[in-house]
Amino acid sequence: MNSLNNVIEKCKALAFDLDFKRAREWKSEKKDRVLIGYMPIYVPREIIHAAGGLPVGILGVGDKKQVIKGDAFYQSYICRIPRGIIELALDNYFVNFDGFIFPSICDVIRNLSGMFQILRVGTFVHYLDFPQNFQSDIGGLFYHNEMRQILNEIKKINGIEVSIEQLNNSIKLYNKNRRLIEEIYNIRQNFPWRLSAEDLYYIIRAGMVIPVEEHNDILEQVVDYMSKENGKPMDKIKVMVIGSFCEQPPIGLIKTIEMAGCYIVEDDFLLGSRWIQGDVKENSDDPLVALSNAFLTQSTFSSSVYDIENPKEKRLLELAKKRKVDGIIFAAPSFCDPALLDLPVYQNTCDDKNIRYISFQFSENTGQFKNIKEQVGAFSDSIKLWSEELIES
Amino acid sequence: MAVASKQNNAEVKKEKSMIIQKEMVGKLFKELSSAKETGKKIVYTFVPGNLSELIHAFDMLPVYPEINALQSGMRKKSGDYIREAEKIGHSEDVCTYVKCDIGMMLSGNIGPTGEKIPDPDLLLLSYTGCFTFMKWFESLENLYPEVEIAMLHTPYQKDGKVTPEMTQYMVKQLKEEVIPKMEKVSGIKYDESKLKNILENSRKTGELIQNIFDTTKNIPSPIDAYFAGVYYIGPINIGFRGTPEAVEYYKELYRETLERIKKGLGPVTPEGEIDEERFRLVVEGPPNWTSFREFWKLFYDMGAVIVASSYTKVGGVYDLGFQHDPERPLETLAEYCMNCYTNLNLSQRIELLEKCITDYHADGFLVNSIKSCNSFSAGQLLMMRTLEEKLGVPVGFIESDLVDPRYFSYANIKNRLESFFQMLEQRKLIALH
Repeated sequence: MNSLNNVIEKCKALAFDLDFKRAREWKSEKKDRVLIGYMPIYVPREIIHAAGGLPVGILGVGDKKQVIKGDAFYQSYICRIPRGIIELALDNYFVNFDGFIFPSICDVIRNLSGMFQILRVGTFVHYLDFPQNFQSDIGGLFYHNEMRQILNEIKKINGIEVSIEQLNNSIKLYNKNRRLIEEIYNIRQNFPWRLSAEDLYYIIRAGMVIPVEEHNDILEQVVDYMSKENGKPMDKIKVMVIGSFCEQPPIGLIKTIEMAGCYIVEDDFLLGSRWIQGDVKENSDDPLVALSNAFLTQSTFSSSVYDIENPKEKRLLELAKKRKVDGIIFAAPSFCDPALLDLPVYQNTCDDKNIRYISFQFSENTGQFKNIKEQVGAFSDSIKLWSEELIES
Repeated sequence: MAVASKQNNAEVKKEKSMIIQKEMVGKLFKELSSAKETGKKIVYTFVPGNLSELIHAFDMLPVYPEINALQSGMRKKSGDYIREAEKIGHSEDVCTYVKCDIGMMLSGNIGPTGEKIPDPDLLLLSYTGCFTFMKWFESLENLYPEVEIAMLHTPYQKDGKVTPEMTQYMVKQLKEEVIPKMEKVSGIKYDESKLKNILENSRKTGELIQNIFDTTKNIPSPIDAYFAGVYYIGPINIGFRGTPEAVEYYKELYRETLERIKKGLGPVTPEGEIDEERFRLVVEGPPNWTSFREFWKLFYDMGAVIVASSYTKVGGVYDLGFQHDPERPLETLAEYCMNCYTNLNLSQRIELLEKCITDYHADGFLVNSIKSCNSFSAGQLLMMRTLEEKLGVPVGFIESDLVDPRYFSYANIKNRLESFFQMLEQRKLIALH
């Protein structure tokens, strides 16, 4: 048990280390290594790894750093996450970084890429334009070209021409990473008391700032610990928390939900680490095609993906069923168009299917949780007291 | 600060171009209202990166949800519509165009002429420069679940250029996704020669528009390129680009503008001509629609004329050399989409605004930051600072919203504008001495 606590403490320190010490240390260990910062939600980390790089997730500053300069770059009605990221850039937290990738998830992150270009942060800034066409010979080809451009940018820095073997090796490592994370979620679904959602959050988030090999070791240890009984079940309902999109909820919010009578057995807090559902094809002759096909056909649902062919509300229901949840908590960041615009669709579906839900908004630096605790507590109590009458079998 | 310009209080004489435009719009809405009888198919689509020429090539009629929203704003209906959308769960924080449009549909989808706007036969999402459009279409898909949908993803000009791969990606989508769906819905076979003829009209229109907006180089400027500019771009943005009527409209507008230059006249406002041009401004960001007249009046009362605006470029940027090329019909449609203002990266936007400030001899640069439009608003403060540092131009900043009347604060905007104009006045005095 002490060892698990040690792992969690280590992950907690890594997850919120705004100095990215482990990443810098890793870079200094060998010539030609590069640090590539990436914004939420998903980037194909495999290609960075294969090119001798460490993909480093940039998730804002949460409540760990006071934002002063960042507020001078954004109007009051724009979400919190880009302010902290600009603050980090201006305060030289990214000095050892070589490049940055901004996935096409919303207009704010898109324009933040332009701000990085203007402020000349990093050697390269790449806006990763995800295809919204899901045919392999159209959108797939476009995405293939996007990945190729990133590899070219890295090659300009370290001269590494990525081989098929290197890419396949990286794919295997990240497949393993996703499998282990999925295993943890599967265990938690049945035994959520064995690891709190807060601790799980630290463990997953730590994986975004350290080499995948090290993270896989951590995950294996965690799976091992979780496979044995520890802790005691409590009288709590099981919920999914959906809507966090890219801006991360404060830890206090996650703790509050679990303290107020819920086990969070599914969430989209750090969705990038779980984006691809199932394995990317291993040992492919063209690993970039394998990654591209995985994005086109194995992506999870998200507010950043055009989903007419496979509607998100349908997939939300499937996930709720798979995780056997008692209810859904929709928690979206304030001023987040993609996440907030999805809420009515989700909520209508829940109404139609008689699935209980509550919703509220947060920002990464929200500091008061009393109202949320009361709301979640009442939600949990209502389900425990009257679940039979209201929820469809 | 004293009011600088005098307005002519006599009844404003309507220019011929205004009458032509009114007739064009009236005819379109009539056609829309009788679409079910005539069998014309209806396409819901968006202004930036709109495929007006293709829609004409398939004899379809366009409906632009954001045009409906802005018209609802001008007709003071948007507040109620937004509340309707909020009742079904939409957050206060999100794009008010979306909420206004959804509220309007929930309230019967009554258009500006008082007649019901017909339901769509095709949802054509030409997704250019605004991520929220995609979410908007998912909402529309929920309202019209049986309707055919075509998506055209426009790659962003992240590195400030259009690459052959980007164009090919779009052309492929047009060939394999968009055109087949349009053929299916309209029952009409794609005819490239017809599209080429339509594109020839677009080319002429683009040239004329650029000529018209270039007339603001004159002092005094014969037109206002923001408040009046939104009317000037109306025909190209509501579905007439590519038609002979649009060419005639822009010929007439250009003729009238040249006539004004000859006579040394300033822009026409709702209260007549501006007698004295005191300040020349470039404005970034869309206007507020709910108090459009009051908003404009704050400027013309002070003799402030907008000589260029980024908003008039959302439906196409013609300043940097792009013109439709009928000989490369699908490629030119792709390039048009990729060159719309909000599809330019921040550096390109700054360069374009810098060009406008310099070419049109602006005294100041003003940002009207829109609460619910991240596509425009995110990055504006850096753009403003960069332009100030680069050009030494005085900059101003005001905030409002597109169509949510709760976010138009007349007193705050007036206060900020008066300070800005005082600063411009001081600069002029310093320059004189």
